[in-house]
Amino acid sequence: MEDVQKQAKARKTIKASKLSEKKKDMISGYLYVAPFFIVFGIIGLYPALFSIVLAFQEWNGLGEMEFVGLSNFAVVLQDPLFWKSLYNTVIIGLMGTAPQLIVGIVLAYFLNLAVIRFTNFFRVTIFMPYITSMVAVALVFGVFFSSNETALANYVIGLFGVDPVSWKTSEWGAKIAIALMVFWRWVGYNTIIYLAGLQSISKDLYEAATIDGANKLEQFIYITIPLLKPFIILTVFMSTVGALQLFAEPTVFLGSSAFSRDEAMTVVMYLYRDAFNLGSFGTASATAVLLLIIIIGAAAINTWLTSGIGSKKKRGV
Amino acid sequence: MKKRKNQSKAGTLPIYLILGFTSLFSLFPFYWMFVMATQPSAAYNSIPPTLLPGGKLVENFQKVLDTIPFFQAMWNTVLLCTVVTVAVLLISSLAGFAFAKFQFPGKNFLFILILLTMVIPPQLGLIPQYYLISQLGWLDSLLGAGILFLLNPLGIFLMRQYISESVPDELMEAAKLDGCSNFRIYWSIVIPIIKPAFATLGIIVFTLVWGEFLWQFTVLRDPSSYTLQVALASLNNAFRVDFGMLLSGVFWATVPLIIIFLIFNKWFISSITEGSVK
Repeated sequence: MEDVQKQAKARKTIKASKLSEKKKDMISGYLYVAPFFIVFGIIGLYPALFSIVLAFQEWNGLGEMEFVGLSNFAVVLQDPLFWKSLYNTVIIGLMGTAPQLIVGIVLAYFLNLAVIRFTNFFRVTIFMPYITSMVAVALVFGVFFSSNETALANYVIGLFGVDPVSWKTSEWGAKIAIALMVFWRWVGYNTIIYLAGLQSISKDLYEAATIDGANKLEQFIYITIPLLKPFIILTVFMSTVGALQLFAEPTVFLGSSAFSRDEAMTVVMYLYRDAFNLGSFGTASATAVLLLIIIIGAAAINTWLTSGIGSKKKRGV
Repeated sequence: MKKRKNQSKAGTLPIYLILGFTSLFSLFPFYWMFVMATQPSAAYNSIPPTLLPGGKLVENFQKVLDTIPFFQAMWNTVLLCTVVTVAVLLISSLAGFAFAKFQFPGKNFLFILILLTMVIPPQLGLIPQYYLISQLGWLDSLLGAGILFLLNPLGIFLMRQYISESVPDELMEAAKLDGCSNFRIYWSIVIPIIKPAFATLGIIVFTLVWGEFLWQFTVLRDPSSYTLQVALASLNNAFRVDFGMLLSGVFWATVPLIIIFLIFNKWFISSITEGSVK
């Protein structure tokens, strides 16, 4: 009898503690996400919203803010330098990332072939540029592409009979040099992502295709590319967003003339110059808001375009 | 059969050539950086170009030390990266634990909010962030340089994923019956289990902070507060740059990273796929 009572009591306490356990869990939940959201509020959300407010004010960071409506946007959008910097960003972005993604897929395909040996060596060396910082890359390439006639880059193109280029002060020289360093640093990174994607594709599919008489190229186009699509979308998305935020490479590459020349000025450099060299926080914030819109737009369009890869071919088959 | 094997081997030669060329392309700037770090600046103008190391390794580095506070910057960078990485690991794993294992009202909304933060470009808040840090008096300090990196939504995403996959609910129930508090569970059960995820996220955060430039360049203006990236960039600002010295600075700033990478290359490479593919 006593035993039964004890059991019931024990069951009751377990039940009671379970109820309070639920509440405890709830409190724990809030408590554990709190550090992140405190950080998020202070240095994420508040600055983002403040930026949007600032885009409609005239402010130099010290005095009173003055509401000026859309005039900051008008100033930026009527500034030829803004359009030049947007043009530069897009051109450098295209030259630096588009070839990279294609080369990345091909390299990953080779590294994934069963007959190829020493893949670990190739993987490590091709990935190695990624660990160097953007500043280091820009400085090394800055010497390689120095404006001297004797720059190593000029020697190399000289072997092909091309005249020396003034890499840091010519319209295309600066863009090509910067695009090449972006390419060099990121191609291995994307190769690794594609390789992970390729390794997730079942070998049976290729075997079946071989039995059906498909050659290697057909297999690549009709099996590899479509199944790699999620990975392609991911890299296109990341490259688009990253390319539009380009700052460190051109700034460090050009050194002391970074903010006084326009051959390789990017949108973020334009924004930086407005805010920290010219003290115009309002127009710089307007540029930041415009950049946000451009990034979202470009990322959406590119993701949409990439999603179309392969689906057309499927219809054709 | 043997013949077929030979055939496929012969067919791989162009592939080896392409892979070999790419490896060379990837490695050459490293090698050339080393060569230039050992040559006098004048070697740069020689034709044909100098491709073999010279004897100025120490001298060039001495010039770097005379121009920028190299070791101070190295120490600042290591300190900054270490503290930020530990902080991000704790913040992310705590929040990831909560998102993976606890039920609380508003949980889904908060999680979506985190995903949204991932698409906001960091430049959007640059000016207010700078203003905030200057108001707090944290310009030229590692505190000001580091605080921005505490915001790492990817970390929470990774941790939530890893914890919900690898920490069994039964284990938590059992620990609770033994009277473990939730924090005790986090500290003594969850953390030991998620060590591999710590390695992945740790590498991602460490290399991110090590190489980031825009923010550090914005808030660190005083040479004594320079991190490596800002210090190296400042080497390039002179009117006539001594290339030997410049690349010596870059070389010595890159060597530690190369050594760490060569030892832990598997972790580095898998951190990329785990950090982005999931």
